[in-house]
Amino acid sequence: MKNVNIMIVGVGGQGTLLASRILGNAILSLGYDVKVSEVHGMSQRGGSVVTYVKYGDKVYSPVIDKGEADIILAFEQLEALRALPYLKMGGKMIANTQKINPMPVITGAATYPEGILETLGAKVDLTALDALAMAKEAGNTKAVNVVLMGVMAKNTDIPYETWVESVRACVPAKFLEANLRAFDAGYHYTGA
Amino acid sequence: MSKKLMLGNAAVARGAYEAGVRVVSSYPGTPSTEITENIVQYPEINVEWAPNEKVAAEVAIGAAIGGGRAMTCCKHVGLNVMADPFFTASYTGVNAGLVIAVADDPGMHSSQNEQDSRHYAKASKLPMLEPSDSSECLEFTKLAFDLSEQFDTPVLLRLSTRISHSQNPVEISERKETLVKPYEKSIPKYVMMPAMAIGKHVVVEQRHLDLVKYAETSPLNVVEDNSARIGVIVSGTTYLYAHEALGSSVNYLKLGMAYPLPEQKIKDFAASVDTLWVIEELDPFIEEHCNNIGVKVSGKQHFTMLGEYTPAMIRSAVLGTPNPAYIALESAIPGRPPVMCAGCPHRGTFYVLKKLGLTVSGDIGCYTLGAVAPLASVDTTICMGASVGAAFGMAKVRGEEFNKKLVSVIGDSTFIHSGITGLIDIVYNKGANTVIVLDNSITGMTGHQQNPAMGKTIRGEDTRAVDLVALCHAVGVDRVRVADPFDLKGFEAVVREELAADEPSVIIAQRPCALLKHVKYVGTCEITDKCRKCKLCMKLGCPAISVQADGSVKIDATQCNGCGLCTGVCPFGAIEKKEED
Repeated sequence: MKNVNIMIVGVGGQGTLLASRILGNAILSLGYDVKVSEVHGMSQRGGSVVTYVKYGDKVYSPVIDKGEADIILAFEQLEALRALPYLKMGGKMIANTQKINPMPVITGAATYPEGILETLGAKVDLTALDALAMAKEAGNTKAVNVVLMGVMAKNTDIPYETWVESVRACVPAKFLEANLRAFDAGYHYTGA
Repeated sequence: MSKKLMLGNAAVARGAYEAGVRVVSSYPGTPSTEITENIVQYPEINVEWAPNEKVAAEVAIGAAIGGGRAMTCCKHVGLNVMADPFFTASYTGVNAGLVIAVADDPGMHSSQNEQDSRHYAKASKLPMLEPSDSSECLEFTKLAFDLSEQFDTPVLLRLSTRISHSQNPVEISERKETLVKPYEKSIPKYVMMPAMAIGKHVVVEQRHLDLVKYAETSPLNVVEDNSARIGVIVSGTTYLYAHEALGSSVNYLKLGMAYPLPEQKIKDFAASVDTLWVIEELDPFIEEHCNNIGVKVSGKQHFTMLGEYTPAMIRSAVLGTPNPAYIALESAIPGRPPVMCAGCPHRGTFYVLKKLGLTVSGDIGCYTLGAVAPLASVDTTICMGASVGAAFGMAKVRGEEFNKKLVSVIGDSTFIHSGITGLIDIVYNKGANTVIVLDNSITGMTGHQQNPAMGKTIRGEDTRAVDLVALCHAVGVDRVRVADPFDLKGFEAVVREELAADEPSVIIAQRPCALLKHVKYVGTCEITDKCRKCKLCMKLGCPAISVQADGSVKIDATQCNGCGLCTGVCPFGAIEKKEED
């Protein structure tokens, strides 16, 4: 099969690492070659964080170049916009509607761009959702990442059962029920 | 046999485990940290965080001489700190296998420079292996231990951020238990004073020739023949990027051994193609070797010395074919640099230092972010430990008055790493500097590692903690104060008093990292209608506080962790903490 390239982007501390673990685990269980690449350390402290997930028969480069991502899963609006050049022509963008001001905006050195979702919606196949509200409804505000994984899961050829097993394997038992509800909420999301 | 998804770093740890390693000693440093953290899961291995890389290497060298396989792991700049012991360990050789894993950081995701550690292999005449993925991380680590014993040499294992921090499937197997080898006293082998070292240098040069021979036939250096007219010489990350970009349109010489490099093998490969490229991140290390042996290559005249490479760069340079189309951004968008977390104890310290207009000699850790606007408090950052000595040097040329507006800031782990020696210099040579130790009870930036000031080992066991106050007293600092950086008024008073003193002083700014599990701030802060929009609270640089379009100030409840620092900054009492979450 042709390689599938997925980018997960967000802000340090938003839980993108758990999302990539669930995804990597699901892919591995199907026997594909896979590379999950992320950067740890300083950039994690509230900075932009990017995880590349690539799978298929054989994966070489762990990174994704501009115009190569089949799916971009963005945890934050500005990060969705920043990642736009990486989306393949005709690719799928999934964006959480949450906004987090970066320090240049906080200090007044820059302004947070207006109308990001409209811009993205006009250019690419976009699903935008308030994952925080959905996570709250599922019973755990920290499950934003799992809601978003659910939406993304629907856009891959990986079976539902494989995803659920991976969530079970990656999430601690006491948070499992809420996270499974969060995953389902994302998986069955059909748009506002 | 089963396949697991593993970070390159975890695979190095697994490889060391399977190779029967007995001792691992390291100091944390991104992107190498997870190697040592992953050793913790193996109870058979004696693992520790050492106070710095030099000590870590010495422990590993001693263990290897003592007869047990040993490993030390560091980042590229950590290799500078451990250079002294391993250059001479090159002379002594080993008894049981010794591996030094070093992770470079092209692109400087989390580093203060972009040095290429391959030069160290050449300078110390040690062999260096370079894996390309997690699977090779495991295999090469095992092989490195065997080569170490076969050639009686420490072996360097070079990683980089993308190899260390990429997860891919790895086939794991059982540990091969090794016996502790007998230790035999040998003054000519292990006592490196001139008479013996002269003899050992001869051995090192012969070993180097033997290793060159090995490189010619080693299974680490592989030709992938696609019957193409173009050849590329690659290693580590560039094998992956080149393969992604060029596929089967070129022949590959993949060098799994970064040093020494083969001569005949490269000449034969060159003869098999019409044009030959060397693709390597950072310095032209392989390219210069090719030039030296008279092989003409295309390399750095087409490729940058800076940062990470991408498949697109390689496709453009080598084939000249177009890269995928993409949607470019129409205008520049705000960057998102890393910032101190909400609730970070360092924020209080830097707020006070900025307010007092001090010159701040900085160091390596989360608190380097004190250089970022709006705090923008830090003046210099050189390397780990440098804040103390550098401030002393500055005071020497700029005089007493300047010194009364000058502080060093250094973390607890960093102070023990190499700040304490700078403090001894200040006391010994009659300085009067003020050093602030930012004691957040953890090694923060690298992701929460234990350190000697905490009273916990890497396995979480209780141990004797270094008493920082007693330590400073012991080296001759009489004025040692402990203060809470979140008590802004009290902290400011302490800083003023210590700067005024005509003798060395240490302020231990004590408050734990907000990300530690036991740190639980309750509730969130809110701006009330008492706010007069003076924006003084904005000077904290807290990621939760921002100015709205209408000029009002708002605290984002999802970002605020309820630390309450901002409530003490507002002169109108307009920020209130609500206790319920």
